Amino acid sequence: MFRYIASAIMITQKTFTVSELTRRIKGVLETSFTNVSVEGEISNFKRHSSGHLYFTLKDEGAQISAVMWRGRASNLFFTPQDGMKVVASGKITVYEPQGKYQIDVVQLQPRGIGELQLAFERLKQKLADEGLFDTDHKKALPEYPERIGIVTSPTGAAIQDILNILSRRFPAVEVLLYPVKVQGEGAAKEIAEAIKDFNKLGNIDVMIIGRGGGSLEDLWAFNEEVVVRAIYDSKIPIVSAIGHEIDFTIADFVADLRAPTPSAAAELVVRHQSEIIEYLRNFCYNTEQDIRNIITSQKDRISSLVQSYSFNRPIDLLRQYSQEVDELNRQLHQSAMHSFTFNRQELNSLQKRISSVNPASVLERGYTIVYKGSEVADRAKKLHSEDSIEIKFHDGKLPAKVE
Amino acid sequence: MGTKKHLTLKESPPNFEHSMKRLEEIVEKLESGSVSLDNAMELYEEGVKISKQCLEKLTQAELKLKKLSKDVNGNLELFKENEE
Repeated sequence: MFRYIASAIMITQKTFTVSELTRRIKGVLETSFTNVSVEGEISNFKRHSSGHLYFTLKDEGAQISAVMWRGRASNLFFTPQDGMKVVASGKITVYEPQGKYQIDVVQLQPRGIGELQLAFERLKQKLADEGLFDTDHKKALPEYPERIGIVTSPTGAAIQDILNILSRRFPAVEVLLYPVKVQGEGAAKEIAEAIKDFNKLGNIDVMIIGRGGGSLEDLWAFNEEVVVRAIYDSKIPIVSAIGHEIDFTIADFVADLRAPTPSAAAELVVRHQSEIIEYLRNFCYNTEQDIRNIITSQKDRISSLVQSYSFNRPIDLLRQYSQEVDELNRQLHQSAMHSFTFNRQELNSLQKRISSVNPASVLERGYTIVYKGSEVADRAKKLHSEDSIEIKFHDGKLPAKVE
Repeated sequence: MGTKKHLTLKESPPNFEHSMKRLEEIVEKLESGSVSLDNAMELYEEGVKISKQCLEKLTQAELKLKKLSKDVNGNLELFKENEE
């Protein structure tokens, strides 16, 4: 009973379905906020593969979901980062199936130059930590490039400066120009593509990427990750020449060499050809001298060899042997003489001895030989008295009788 | 792009960088005096030939400028500045 009364009282307020209520809310919100600007910090930033950007804008007290559709997102000259303070403008939309409201962002700007600067620092740190700026990775430039690739605006001052300097210094090169946007929407993408395409082409010796001076916003494309990574991955050495001397973009840190201006880049990339011409012309003159030096040193070598001890050794040996032979001859002669002398001496003494025992010489000394008949009487006992003997003197015989 | 030491006339001119490097090598060898007289003469001849080729190349007085562009299919095309 009470129940019927209670229901009857409540029925004075309309009861919505969830969908109905949500639709009502949607109507209210979407008509009230058709074009609103909101400032906040980006967080949970995600770029979907579809190209749509999803993020949250927040401050200390609240947060609101945001989406930026691909078409609109491609107009951005920068890539939003978590922590970046931005001003987003667009309309509030309600996504009924999830009961969520969000801002459908049409335009997105960093909240002032300071924001860009901070974003620059954050990105630079992140990429430095990844090692993208390591000097080991940097490639040496070729000494004598024949084909030079240039990525820059076809209408800017940069390309003119580069071409002028190259013409003056070393016209015997081929220059390939890949025209790109160097600032604003889509610039980063074009620049990265150009670098990749030159790498695909393959026979480029060195690349210059550059542009003239401008604000941080103007130069921003060269801070974008897609460009920085394309430079890092390039197999062709890259010289960055972005802005003026004082401008530094992240591309400058990752490049193989940074030039303070586009003109300077042209000077870094080729020698002045007069240097080379002089070197080539001197080649003939200098090497003639070198060859003379070689001939002279060979001559010296020969001459010192000829005078050297070892070279003269055979002659020395020959002389030495000659001398030995002479000496031996002398000794031989001497020995022979000596022998001869010795023998002679022996002969003499023998002769003397023979003489001394020669009976004839004995007789000459006064001795006699007594013969009894035919026998020699060499002692008195052999003789008797009345014996007839013969006494031989050296000068003859005499008969005698023994008394 | 490697180059052989002895080229026939029909082959394209050797890479400038390689030629210059070879020339520097020859100069070093001859300056050091450590080559035999025969080798020295050979090297000298080669050097004269290379330096002539390089000098010829340098007589090109004007930059060759080409522009790249992509057609609708994303293919790269090359054409000379003055053809535009």
